[in-house]
Amino acid sequence: MLNKIIVIMLMSIIAIFTSDIANASPVDTFEFKDEVTKVRFQALSKELRCPKCQNQNLADSNSPIAADLRRELYELLQQGKADSEVVDFMVNRYGEFVLYRPRVSNVTYILWFGPALLILIGVIVVIVIIRKKPVSEENLALSAEQQEKLKQLLSERVDDSSPSTSVSAKADKE
Amino acid sequence: MNKMIRFLPLVLVIALGVVLYRGLSLNPQDMPSALVGKVMPEFSLTTLNNANKLVSKTDLAGDIILLNVWATWCPTCKYEHPYLLDISKNAQLSPYVKLYGLNYKDDRLAAKQWLTTYEDPYQFSIFDEEGTLGLDLGVFGAPETFVIDHHGIIRKRFAGAIDTRVWRKEFEPLIKQLISEKQQGK
Repeated sequence: MLNKIIVIMLMSIIAIFTSDIANASPVDTFEFKDEVTKVRFQALSKELRCPKCQNQNLADSNSPIAADLRRELYELLQQGKADSEVVDFMVNRYGEFVLYRPRVSNVTYILWFGPALLILIGVIVVIVIIRKKPVSEENLALSAEQQEKLKQLLSERVDDSSPSTSVSAKADKE
Repeated sequence: MNKMIRFLPLVLVIALGVVLYRGLSLNPQDMPSALVGKVMPEFSLTTLNNANKLVSKTDLAGDIILLNVWATWCPTCKYEHPYLLDISKNAQLSPYVKLYGLNYKDDRLAAKQWLTTYEDPYQFSIFDEEGTLGLDLGVFGAPETFVIDHHGIIRKRFAGAIDTRVWRKEFEPLIKQLISEKQQGK
């Protein structure tokens, strides 16, 4: 039993590693001036969206435009541009679309605050439902008038005919 | 009041359905260009036909400039080509509208050959081998067409092929508007 578990675990570990290898991301051969630039490059190419592809970042995409933009990004970073300058550069050319984390503006308010608003509405609805008073006993009870009518109806049925006695008896019990 | 609340989920679901249905007919590739309303970027590149001749923004002359991004590696450009020829030969447009090419990340010989084979609709084509002007224009593929007004402001960017339908719908109203703007001296 223990052996089996170990075998399964080993196999899944191998699967994880090989799937990583099979996942063919494009390979560029950039030489960075220092380690920090490299890290910044990696971070930015994950943060920036490939304009041609609908849902891939620059790091992931094999499309020619993504390769061009990676090269541009590399050159901007090598020139010592700040992250915000790089992002501005891209947005000026390709629009807000290239940002995976869009800036807060009146177009993106709904993106940024929509989810929180929905949660808030949900919480309010739940609170309202919980705090709603249960229906009181008095309201459930029949009024004298209704009681009278009920009795009248029941007695009518009993008088009516014999086959329905069992039903009226049942109703009586209720 | 309570009865109305009972219909609220139905109303919400219908509203959601309408929104999602609308989403089906939207083209996600259709993005507003970041450059609409901005000045045409500067450049200094050679023309396709002459590797020694540098051209810049000032060489693009005309009341209304159509800048068409094309390449021989782009099949849709071939589809679009006859319509571009139509535009360049249109006698009504030609006093106002000048069509220029931006040969984007292409091979010079192949591109020249293409224009000899299929006829050249452009005043001239800018040869952008590295795609630098393409990058400044926010080009992410071909074909794309930019409309630039007489002040050098980019007024429209259209990604995709131009044909008769697209021309009527996307370009004609803007061209008319630009011509009247020019005539009013705006």
